[in-house]
Amino acid sequence: MFFGVVTSMTASAKTIQLLNVSYDPTREFFSDYNKAFNSYWKQKTGDEVVIKQSHGGSSKQARSVLDGLPADVVTLALAGDIDSLSSLGNLLPSDWQTRLPNLSIPYYSTIVFLVRKNNPKQIKDWSDLVKEGVSVITPNPKTSGGARWNYLAAWSYALHVSHQDETKAFDFVTKLYRNVPVLDSGARGATTTFIQREIGDVLICWENEAYLALKEFGEDACQIIYPSLSIRAEPAVSWVDRVVNKKGTREVAKAYLTYLYSKEGQEIAAKHYLRPIDPELLKANKNRFPDLTLVTIDEQFGGWAKAQKRHFADGGTFDQIYKP
Amino acid sequence: MAKNKLRVLPGFGLSLGYTVFYLSLIVLIPLLAVFLKAATLSWHDFWHIVTDPRVVASYKITVGAALSAAAANAIFGLIVAWVLVRYSFPGRKIIDGLIDLPFALPTAVAGIALTAVYSKKGALSGVDHLWTTSLVYLESKFSFLHVISVIGRKITYDRPGIFIALIFIGLPFVVRTLQPIIRECEPELEEIAATLGASRLQTLRRVVLPELLPALITGFALAFARALGEYGSVIFIAGNKPMYSEITSLLIVTKLEQYDYQGATAIAAVMLVISFILLLIINLLQKWSQRYRKS
Repeated sequence: MFFGVVTSMTASAKTIQLLNVSYDPTREFFSDYNKAFNSYWKQKTGDEVVIKQSHGGSSKQARSVLDGLPADVVTLALAGDIDSLSSLGNLLPSDWQTRLPNLSIPYYSTIVFLVRKNNPKQIKDWSDLVKEGVSVITPNPKTSGGARWNYLAAWSYALHVSHQDETKAFDFVTKLYRNVPVLDSGARGATTTFIQREIGDVLICWENEAYLALKEFGEDACQIIYPSLSIRAEPAVSWVDRVVNKKGTREVAKAYLTYLYSKEGQEIAAKHYLRPIDPELLKANKNRFPDLTLVTIDEQFGGWAKAQKRHFADGGTFDQIYKP
Repeated sequence: MAKNKLRVLPGFGLSLGYTVFYLSLIVLIPLLAVFLKAATLSWHDFWHIVTDPRVVASYKITVGAALSAAAANAIFGLIVAWVLVRYSFPGRKIIDGLIDLPFALPTAVAGIALTAVYSKKGALSGVDHLWTTSLVYLESKFSFLHVISVIGRKITYDRPGIFIALIFIGLPFVVRTLQPIIRECEPELEEIAATLGASRLQTLRRVVLPELLPALITGFALAFARALGEYGSVIFIAGNKPMYSEITSLLIVTKLEQYDYQGATAIAAVMLVISFILLLIINLLQKWSQRYRKS
């Protein structure tokens, strides 16, 4: 109703409201991107787009949308969370991933470590995280998308060094979580715990979140460590059909997401430390995005649906870690 | 029914009808919905969910922390209420006003603030340090008590954090329940006791406390009930480690976030039953204490 009032006020040049429901560490990226898209859209159509943002743990955000939060677009930490909008709420078709280029993944990131200045515990790789006396901060994978990537990255590393031995991987991850003193519900909460409460020796986090923390709190507070192997963490985007049909915002919602793939969109993403999918732009930013071995969810885990069921569903490997 | 006509105020039927309607709308129907949703599970699944070791551990932590916080509030809230009623000193009105703040403050704010002040960089980090040092000392002297693994080594991101957050939110219940009763308690009674030769301790035990006991139990019950369901303040300070510092309300929210509405309501239903039984026991205790006072 509110939207209706706003749009009917100006007949020629409309003001369109979009709600983008996103995950935790994209606040700064989208506040920049929204400005760029606003001027792009204004130039193209004359209409004003006001984009509202909502951020939180990825699954929590998906649940809000399922429960009725009228998101025109969702930009979540993993495709699995958007899948649930389709499978549980029928808010969008199940083949949503094929509607935008690169399986609706406009940028990607990876999982890195943030340690205290000068790395007092000498943390170099995943194997250092399971040592006694090392305290590791990572959010709860049941509620945080980033935490699920963290978990799978650790699992992949363990598989890699044990030549694909699943039992050893489970032991490794169990040991790692024994070193976790706090399970926050989202990635941003974990960063706060690490930086502001000074809890833990190492924070496992998104590469872009690590750079943001560095920028925010200065290089005398912490430094980034790249492990020998990590995971290609792919956030996904989609418009929500049920909402855009009702509000009549399909066209602008689609344009909003397509613009992420444009040169400007990719540049803003790179500026905010999200790895662009444009190979040239990635090469141009090589010093900010070092090369490292990245496994993918499809290769290593056979896709999100499988990984979700095996590791994060009730009774999955994550639950078994905490079995007495 | 004939008796009703003899009442001074009319309208028994109407007011009873209204009471039932109002209670149903506000309390019973939402609670019933919880049980109905949980009832869509088979008995086997229900049992499996609510007796999961991690869920059982969370009941123990929640009830244990709520009981101990309510007990602490009963003792220290009594002292606060007594001081606020019986003595007059500069700033009393302001302190009295402060008591209600935990009612008004969003609990998440309370949780974040408490975490900030007790953490390494916070103003009360000394308390945290003192806590750790004294527990390490206790553990070294009485290792058989396992104080550290039971109570917790630190304040923030550990069990004591839950306790402190619950004390914070429960304090006003005890103080506000006791204040009117203490106000009614005539100081003359204590003076009479003294003139009759009672010692101070006897006066306290035989005269003052029996007067206050029913209200104290009510305050305790309210603080306890409030603490059982608390979510906002605790999750910021507890660390939320499964099997150790994970409260039941967090488990319910975690289940919801995995779209497991049935599992969430199953645990909620069990919590409701536990709370109801405990509150019933406390109410009976209160009845008993009132009878004891009269005799």
